Amino acid sequence: MTTKELEIKSLNYRKKVLQYIKKAKAGHTGGSLSCTDILNVLYNEVMNVSPENFQDPNRDRYIQSKGHSVEALFVVLADQGFYPESNIETLCQYQSHFIGHPTRKVPGVEQNTGALGHGLPISVGTALAGKMDGLDYRVFTLMGDGELLEGSNWEAAMAASHYKLDNLVAILDYNKLQITGAVKDVCNSEPIDQKFEAFGWSVKHVDGNNVEALSETLKSAPFEQGKPSFIIAHTVKGKGISFMENNIKWHHGVPSDEQYAEAQKELDSQLEELSKEII
Amino acid sequence: MTVNITNTLKQGQANLEVFSATLQDLAEADKNIIAVTSDSRGSGKLVPFAAQYPKQIVEVGIAEQNLVGVSAGLASTGKKVFAVSPACFLTARSLEQIKNDIAYSDNPVNVIGISAGVSYGALGSTHHSLHDFAVLRAVNNIMVVAPGDNFETEMAIRQAAALEAPVYLRFGKKPMPFLSDNKDFALGKGREIREGNDLAIVATGETVWPAMQAAMLLEEEKGIEVGVISMHTIKPLDTALLESIASRYSAIITVEEHSIYGGLGEACASFLLQSGYQKKFKIMGIPDEYTVTGSQLDILGHYGISEKGIAAEVLKLLR
Repeated sequence: MTTKELEIKSLNYRKKVLQYIKKAKAGHTGGSLSCTDILNVLYNEVMNVSPENFQDPNRDRYIQSKGHSVEALFVVLADQGFYPESNIETLCQYQSHFIGHPTRKVPGVEQNTGALGHGLPISVGTALAGKMDGLDYRVFTLMGDGELLEGSNWEAAMAASHYKLDNLVAILDYNKLQITGAVKDVCNSEPIDQKFEAFGWSVKHVDGNNVEALSETLKSAPFEQGKPSFIIAHTVKGKGISFMENNIKWHHGVPSDEQYAEAQKELDSQLEELSKEII
Repeated sequence: MTVNITNTLKQGQANLEVFSATLQDLAEADKNIIAVTSDSRGSGKLVPFAAQYPKQIVEVGIAEQNLVGVSAGLASTGKKVFAVSPACFLTARSLEQIKNDIAYSDNPVNVIGISAGVSYGALGSTHHSLHDFAVLRAVNNIMVVAPGDNFETEMAIRQAAALEAPVYLRFGKKPMPFLSDNKDFALGKGREIREGNDLAIVATGETVWPAMQAAMLLEEEKGIEVGVISMHTIKPLDTALLESIASRYSAIITVEEHSIYGGLGEACASFLLQSGYQKKFKIMGIPDEYTVTGSQLDILGHYGISEKGIAAEVLKLLR
């Protein structure tokens, strides 16, 4: 896919994320918009996973540790053909499988997540099994920077390097905000890169809202043989909507009718600009 | 079939040792059997396993949350995982991982709580697991099992390995007698190992033996015939057997190496009361207090979980 095509996909994904959050009157808006480009590149450019090969032991695995940004995942999985997009219309409704965090009842979801600090340990076990079985699948896990405060991550980080899991790629959706405020003010976790390096990982920084840069970086994993890869993807919480960007109010804010119309207008005008460039 | 046993029973191995030997046997036949430990291969009696099957053991170090998460990830690929760690840490520190990564996500890990109950004796309350039945009974989609002797242990492990569903198995450290020649065993089905007349003792894990001793003592000294049930599976509870007991006996005593809150006793009481049985009923376990200092037997004895203590409760209830 060309960079422009990927960028158009991201904008359309963002439109849908807002659409379903608006309909459900619930959802994690800011975090879904910050990680949209990462999910886009993973599913459209990097991972070997599809509805057709989902039972194949050698498929790549995606485990969303920051489970609360599930709206972005649901939209991307629908686009990959795991289920009709209309299914997401039941988001957070009575008896729907499309709840506010990933669950395996939704086709394409590998693990139930939601409580923070769980994805990396599970990913370590999944990657370790691949090494044991001589399979060449890779395991990608998406983490939040607020989530890094959970101690279980650091237990898993040590185990990943101990077992030389170069088939494991952890991506940090580094939007620098959590529900209370800036991560550095709530409980500073910096310097994250040096911490992971000290734990035996190979670390790269990337612009997490730049699909071209993301694609290049993700495709270059493992960065070093014998080491797990950690990607610090610098993102913007609420990316793409001017009044949502970097505003903690939108951690799980639901737009009013006016805000929704304004947000879709902004995304439409970005789409229009991109289309012009293509022509 | 029920079998009466005599005082001539020989001592067997600790259930923990049977666990490691059985796991070794399973690992020989199936390369997908994986033991995961948190610096607990020594206390888990897995040193010979590690020597024999170095590719089938994963060490995560002193990191119980990671132990369970890694086990879930391994199980998600089809590995038959036994996550081994002291019960006190495993079921408290990793409770959220057991709840989410194993039970909720349906990753069929066998969670092995070693040195359970007050096995660690004088090491104190940090090392006692008197809450594990209670917390795991409240977690959906995990079986809770405490075998009462070596036979039940081996059978439980083999059946758990084949089950492909989450199971919690709890093992203590002390040598166990053989409870019965009755070789029927199924996870989820209690075993009536001694028939009686008036009162039934429903016990689990390492307390089945003192219950049996109490029954034998009462027969010998008072001519009272007490039935004994090994309720090795606490969840799901064998309600058919409980109904049968309730219809045959006038009084029931439950015994467990666990807090009196939330364990076998409350599970039985809840079922019986809701099913319309009003029996003389007593829950024996560890009261809601910091446990006294001493060996496992000292502590259990202090709280009446002994041949004499249980016999005294039987007499009190039959009075």
